[in-house]
Amino acid sequence: MTRQNMNKLMIGMVSLVATIVVIPIVLVIIYVVYNGIGAINWEFLTAAPRNGMREGGIMPALLGTVFLTFGTAIVSFPLAIAAAIYLAEYAGDNMLTRWVRLAIVNLAGIPSIVYGLFGLGAFVLFWNLGTSIIAGSLTLGVLTLPVVISTAEEAILSVPQSFRTVSLSLGASRWQTIRHQVLPHAMPGIITGIILGLGRAAGETAPILFTVAAFYLPELPKSIFDQTMALPYHLYVISTQVPDMPLSNQYGTALVLLMIVFSMTLVATVIRTNMRRRREW
Amino acid sequence: MNNKIDVRNFNFYYGDFQALDNINLAIREKQITALIGPSGCGKSTFLRSLNRMNDEIASARAEGEVLLDGKNIYADGVDVVELRQHIGMVFQRPNPFPQSIYDNVAFGPRVLGQARKNTLDDIVVQSLQDAALWDEVEHRLHNSALDLNPGQQQRLCIARAIAVKPDVILMDEPCSALDPVATLSVEDLMHRLAETYTIVIVTHNMQQAARASHYTAFFWLGKLIEFQETRKLFMSPQEELTESYISGRRG
Ligand SMILES: Nc1ncnc2c1ncn2[C@@H]1O[C@H](COP(=O)(O)OP(=O)(O)O)[C@@H](O)[C@H]1O
Ligand SMILES: [Mg+2]
Repeated sequence: MTRQNMNKLMIGMVSLVATIVVIPIVLVIIYVVYNGIGAINWEFLTAAPRNGMREGGIMPALLGTVFLTFGTAIVSFPLAIAAAIYLAEYAGDNMLTRWVRLAIVNLAGIPSIVYGLFGLGAFVLFWNLGTSIIAGSLTLGVLTLPVVISTAEEAILSVPQSFRTVSLSLGASRWQTIRHQVLPHAMPGIITGIILGLGRAAGETAPILFTVAAFYLPELPKSIFDQTMALPYHLYVISTQVPDMPLSNQYGTALVLLMIVFSMTLVATVIRTNMRRRREW
Repeated sequence: MNNKIDVRNFNFYYGDFQALDNINLAIREKQITALIGPSGCGKSTFLRSLNRMNDEIASARAEGEVLLDGKNIYADGVDVVELRQHIGMVFQRPNPFPQSIYDNVAFGPRVLGQARKNTLDDIVVQSLQDAALWDEVEHRLHNSALDLNPGQQQRLCIARAIAVKPDVILMDEPCSALDPVATLSVEDLMHRLAETYTIVIVTHNMQQAARASHYTAFFWLGKLIEFQETRKLFMSPQEELTESYISGRRG
């Protein structure tokens, strides 16, 4: 076989494998859209569930997920940025830093149910926050930390060293340099990381199971110390715990959840692409 | 004439490697001092010792004294950050921030809290005028600095450095990335700046040192071989090593 033919063959095979990987994802999406689109209308999005959740809409769960996503962002953002700044700008190559890095890598691999149990032990019981939006947000916040810290650190490290050197040579302190030169240039990358983390958090069921999610709670929460319904858990409930549940309702819920996670990933990707194109160094 | 900077018995090490060996040198106020010598002889290291930018290198260690206006900048308790506000630096490659021309110049005064909005405008205009760039950028202050050509970018970097009102400007081969025309315009500018500032410039271009400086220091393998008025150093060098280097037989 000639080299050119070999080349073509390899490209063909790699493309084929790539397509095979994509097919299930596309099928899942098509399947969910096909079965769920019929259920989606104004009432479905804006009404509380009725008749043992078999009728009505998903509004409390939808809003609950929105609240939790904001809560997660509020928990995750400052902690992750602080950690990333420390790791990228201040940490020397010492024992402590190596342990912190090891911890972050391992945290990323922990099953989400373990985060749920941790949240139950630490926030719900030990801090006595009860099953509440704040306990759920803290749990989801911790869950997102590894990915957000890693992307934020990467974004900070990608700011050229010469910017720091110039800023220091102008008489700016280390912190002023970070605050006024490094962070502004790293921010789009950091935000991308946060949104990706939030996208993951919005779809998780296990971490909210014991920390915030209500089985059936048609009223909206009045404070961050109340429980709330949330989409992933609601989907789990109506798919497994409610007899005679109309299928379209389940798929409609799944579709809404999918759209939320997808649109967040999309926004993150758009920001990242935009940033790569505009970046001039 | 006053000595702006007085370097005394100065040694510098990167880990075990001694990069500067017992340097004694006085830099005159409002004069241009050129540092020449072959690549790797310690010119940049010496320059970075004057504003303590070497502090950023983990393995670096300095011995001896550098007196700025009579005060040792290596003494205990010296505020390095404050020191650098008095000693500006221009680098080898033009390195404006990827921001507007205005924001580049305003960066220092803004961050250091030196200026309010109305005085900030004045500082930016004044610095660009002093850096001989104003006429070329007057109408596009808010365009990206990266749209400028390399020569303009380097003058912008000079404007950025003088915006924080230093006394001394250190330049590390500021023209090595520039074409001859841009090089001449930067040299012109240096001469005008020398009315106000003390300038130390590293160059491996001997014509540039001969053209553009009042004093020249010749470094060789971490040692200061000869330090003279530029004219004397090039016309009648005292050391054999200097002579063979400037005549091109070595280096
Ligand atoms: N950051 C550093 N770490 C270790 N050695 C260095 C470092 N910077 C420079 N050196 C060494 O110090 C010597 C002087 O370098 P430098 O001051 O850059 O010379 P020049 O500017 O005259 O070319 C060289 O041998 C170089 O390899
Ligand atoms: Mg050099």
